[in-house]
Amino acid sequence: MTRIVIIGAGPAGMAAAIELAKAGLSPVVIDESPRPGGQAYRKPPAELDLDIAALLGREYQNYARLHADFAAVMPQIDYRPNTTAFDIGDNEVLAHSGGRLEGLRYDALLLATGAVDRVLPAKGWTLPGVYTLGAAQTLLKEQGALIGRRIVFFGSSPLLYLAALQCKKMGGEVAAVLDTNPFSGKIRALGKLMSSKRTLSQGLSYIARLKAAGVRIENGVKPVEIGGEGGVSRISFLDRRGALQHIDCDAAALGYGLRSETQLAELAGCELAYHDVFRQNFPKADADGRCGNGVYVAGDGALIGGAHAAELSGRLAAIAILADHGTAPRQDGSIPAIRRQLERLRRFQEGLASAFSLPFHGLVDLVDDVTMCRCENVTAGELRGAIRRNFGAKEVNRVKAYTRCGMGRCQGRYCGIAAAELTAIELGVTRAEVGQLRVQAPIKPLPVSAVFADRADVEHAH
Amino acid sequence: MSVDGVMIDAHHGQSVLTAILQNAGKIRDLEFNGEPRAGFCLMGACCDCWVWIDGCRGTRACREPARDGMVISTRPSDFPRP
Repeated sequence: MTRIVIIGAGPAGMAAAIELAKAGLSPVVIDESPRPGGQAYRKPPAELDLDIAALLGREYQNYARLHADFAAVMPQIDYRPNTTAFDIGDNEVLAHSGGRLEGLRYDALLLATGAVDRVLPAKGWTLPGVYTLGAAQTLLKEQGALIGRRIVFFGSSPLLYLAALQCKKMGGEVAAVLDTNPFSGKIRALGKLMSSKRTLSQGLSYIARLKAAGVRIENGVKPVEIGGEGGVSRISFLDRRGALQHIDCDAAALGYGLRSETQLAELAGCELAYHDVFRQNFPKADADGRCGNGVYVAGDGALIGGAHAAELSGRLAAIAILADHGTAPRQDGSIPAIRRQLERLRRFQEGLASAFSLPFHGLVDLVDDVTMCRCENVTAGELRGAIRRNFGAKEVNRVKAYTRCGMGRCQGRYCGIAAAELTAIELGVTRAEVGQLRVQAPIKPLPVSAVFADRADVEHAH
Repeated sequence: MSVDGVMIDAHHGQSVLTAILQNAGKIRDLEFNGEPRAGFCLMGACCDCWVWIDGCRGTRACREPARDGMVISTRPSDFPRP
């Protein structure tokens, strides 16, 4: 019997599990969170009594359907929440749960690990009250709370507008939405964005609703500093005319798109390739998510694509697993249709990545004392020093070795991309030439107690 | 539950992070330079909200459910203060 392990119970993992269960299989699905849904379809705790339908708007139907379908197959699959995968061995996932180590052997491994916010540093970004866009959304859905009373949203992402709207719906005051992209950049990407007219009009409606509510929206901004003593009290930025402006606030949410979680793919032996539009590495896979050696990828952990694309790619990966392990492929013509829809959604995401570009050039203006690596307290000046010195670093892993940037608890999730961009700028080379931080296990904190406790080998259901 | 010896109240279902931030403006002081930190990603990826539970177990406060009787330290007991 084929042993299938799925890592991640977001839309991609859930869709794959449902597809496999429909074919009579019993995959193991592990997820770090206590409830399924990942980020976009995060399920609030029942006791919170949160009106998730109001928060998700038109997305609620997909959210409800997927959760219902997943709940329906739960008796058949082995769903293991609160379980953190931290390494991949020989055809085995190493995870820990409740302080115990678990080994999960597999014939097929589907990595549906999703993504986190991509960030760029700014002066003052370590102050209490500064969070990512994803953090603002997560706090709403998990705790029914806002990151502050008067919030500024800044960065480069369609999520800026969605997160601001969600905060407003929950009674928060949105001091401003500061978009680093000039309005013209969004118009230029319109061609690719038209591949998903419904999502495009949804996105434009977010902006319209914020404007109608009197929220200040600025385009073409350059963040200068997040100021405050012991906590955020104001944001300073250059507006599109280059004038210095200040906005009082007690919290700031920032984000510059998404950063794929590819650590387990790398540990599993998948080759990663640099993608110029998304400016990050993704695992090399075929259209259905096959990486080779029994490893498959789906969702934002395969390629930034959003929740709908994650579901579709999860289904395709599951179908690929079935096909590769002895189940005859479907003849109902639905597979090409799913592939076409996925392709359309991915094209749309590329359009979004162009419309909401990463303003990496701005790193040139970072003063030396700005923190680059939050975990190890490494500054921009120290990074520059590591590159400019004798035998200076020529790629980002050497920068890490010299400065400790990326060696801390987040393992480069929140400094790695900025470090690579800064290195490329300093050396005057392309981003692709400086590489990306290599992965090390454990990819998430591993309690010492788990290392010394007896290990449990997870048996697969038959 | 107690945070660095001070008793605080939390609601059932809150994370340790939310419980602490309701009572204080920060989660911890960074071990390298003492600057205040209050979390960043709130989804268990950045570890900015790192605290120690019951004297020894380091954990992400945003992922840890607040529990009655918890003893939380915002610094490991045998690290020197910066």
